[in-house]
Amino acid sequence: MTVRVALFATCLGDTLFPDTCKAVVRLLERLGCAVEFPLSQTCCGQMHFNTGYRDEAATLAARLGEAFAGYDAVVAPSGSCAAMVRDIYPKLLHSDLPPRMYELSEFLVDVLGVTDVGAYFPHRVTYHPTCHSLRMLAVGERPRRLLRAVRGLDLVDLPAARECCGFGGTFALKNAETSTAMLGDKMRRVLDTGAEVLTAGDNSCLMHIGGGLSRLRAGVRTVHLAEILASTEEEPWLATR
Amino acid sequence: MARNPVTWLGVPPFPKAAHEALADSQLRRNLRHATHTIRDKRARVVSELPDWERLRRAGEAIKDDVLANLDTYLERLEAAVTARGGVVHWARDAAEANDIVLRLTREAGANEVVKVKSMATAEIGLNDALEAGGVHVIETDLAELIVQLGHDRPSHILVPAIHRNRAEIRDIFRREMAGAPADLPAEPRALAEAARKHLRRKFLTAKVAISGANFAVADTGSIMVVESEGNGRMCLTLPRTLITVMGLEKLVPTWQDLEVFLQLLPRSSTAERMNPYTSVWTGVTPGDGPQEFHLVMLDNGRTEVLADTVGRQALRCIRCSACLNVCPVYERTGGQAYGSVYPGPIGAILTPQLVADPHDKQAASLPYASSLCGACFEVCPVRIDIPEVLTHLRAKAVEAKPARSVEALAMSAMAAVFADPRKYEAAQKAGALAGRLVPGGTVRALPWPGSLWTSSRDVPAPPRESFRTWWRKNRG
Repeated sequence: MTVRVALFATCLGDTLFPDTCKAVVRLLERLGCAVEFPLSQTCCGQMHFNTGYRDEAATLAARLGEAFAGYDAVVAPSGSCAAMVRDIYPKLLHSDLPPRMYELSEFLVDVLGVTDVGAYFPHRVTYHPTCHSLRMLAVGERPRRLLRAVRGLDLVDLPAARECCGFGGTFALKNAETSTAMLGDKMRRVLDTGAEVLTAGDNSCLMHIGGGLSRLRAGVRTVHLAEILASTEEEPWLATR
Repeated sequence: MARNPVTWLGVPPFPKAAHEALADSQLRRNLRHATHTIRDKRARVVSELPDWERLRRAGEAIKDDVLANLDTYLERLEAAVTARGGVVHWARDAAEANDIVLRLTREAGANEVVKVKSMATAEIGLNDALEAGGVHVIETDLAELIVQLGHDRPSHILVPAIHRNRAEIRDIFRREMAGAPADLPAEPRALAEAARKHLRRKFLTAKVAISGANFAVADTGSIMVVESEGNGRMCLTLPRTLITVMGLEKLVPTWQDLEVFLQLLPRSSTAERMNPYTSVWTGVTPGDGPQEFHLVMLDNGRTEVLADTVGRQALRCIRCSACLNVCPVYERTGGQAYGSVYPGPIGAILTPQLVADPHDKQAASLPYASSLCGACFEVCPVRIDIPEVLTHLRAKAVEAKPARSVEALAMSAMAAVFADPRKYEAAQKAGALAGRLVPGGTVRALPWPGSLWTSSRDVPAPPRESFRTWWRKNRG
């Protein structure tokens, strides 16, 4: 039976990281899903909510709810945006039930029931569990189980992995120096692993850590989990930037 | 209304205060070492208890019951304390509480008091008020003594001198402590011994002791102080008069409730299985201990906090400091950057609520001093959802801002773009065009406010086509 699923690309993914969204489409189609992308979707409103702009956040939340009305399952390549919809929307909107929103690793493991997605990624990789996927969604070991099943992938532990990278949305701007101090320690630990690729389930956090690593010309790439899982021997992942 | 002394005058908003702290390499190293040590120990002792989550839920439920029925429990406590020979005083704010304590100290004929470590008295600036009234104050908790002798400010709820290492403490003792040996080594044992000798003389001569309270049992009027050094017990038993200043919310209904908190508190705070010195007293016992007992019940903004259905959970706090010890922001800035006796995540939600002035820029900056990572909520023994209160207080800060601030206008403009897919796509296309001008696809510098990002981080240039453009071409 074909699983019909809607993709929530997130505004960040749609605008800055299209390769991640394409990877989700490829991966889910490979696993037998029929993927749809409602074009009326934009942003979940998390930045507005977390910065204190509740009215704007409520407007965007209501819009997103409409965009995904009628879908049994929605998948987002972001723990943070999925947590916004699942944890915050019920409090913010007080009424309509949010759509059935899954973070990618949850959808793969819990709904499709797979951990080996047939991926091939011959690189040394370390994984950063992003705060909202870890503490709001409690995705737990799911992403690491998926990564361990990838052929060719050498998964190394990231020390103090559960510590925040310092992104925090507008925190990275409002408290740029504290954010940078947190980032510095995260980068040091990533470099200590000797991995050439840092992966995570959130492009926002990866953009932050990756932005720091790029500034230092550190020689470590950030690659979203979806892109690793979509990569196969026939169609391997290619660096596009 | 008078300014609430819970924040310190002259401290700038958090980002500026953090700027100073982040540059202090000694502070950074001291904090990293101390917070990681206590964080790891706490995780170990908490993992020993199979029912930890149920204990947390029990702690939350007991405190919520107290807050929902505070009037009943307060009257019950007052009656019980009075029946056992204590005197209960009610203080609306810091000034009233300070006046009561100063008057009681004078009536006891004392010009010197010994103090048990207490957050309530630190919150109201009692030491300054007593000194101004001609009463000399001696802090007897080792860490508080280090802060006091160093003319310093506290940086942690439980370990107020956590920002100091042993060499710095040795220097403070040599310089400020009467009778400290000139060759005092920077060894914990020797430092504790010097403080012990210094304090012992004070315990034996003081007529008045001042304490806070960790818990007060409404049923019996019993007050409990938990501490690690035994200096508190000296204060609570030797002087003739004992004055306890206690926040209204420190109540528990019955003795049985203490069973929950005496498991939650030591493991969360000092990572101990059992608290070393637990002192309990009920009113006055003739011929044993203090013969005069005064209980000052402090509001100082608490009833206002209680009226806020989201913010009130901050009043469940039992001052364990677990949230400070796991906080990645606190670990790097230390406590003084928060400008209050309540630093760290709990301070970021408690302080602005107690200040209760939406136009106080320093207090309004505190709820933003968090990446919302949620580590604090995860360890809180009474399940205070600190991230929830942080975003709640941020919304209040935004309400108090002028509607035409640069940030508000930018947020509103962005919301308008996000609310209309056509505008959103137009913005994406404009970004993609601009992105073509960026060599190598990496932006290394942006104008303000983007410069706040690019000061330390690159950012990818917008790609040639957005995902939705690709979708239309390939799947649409």
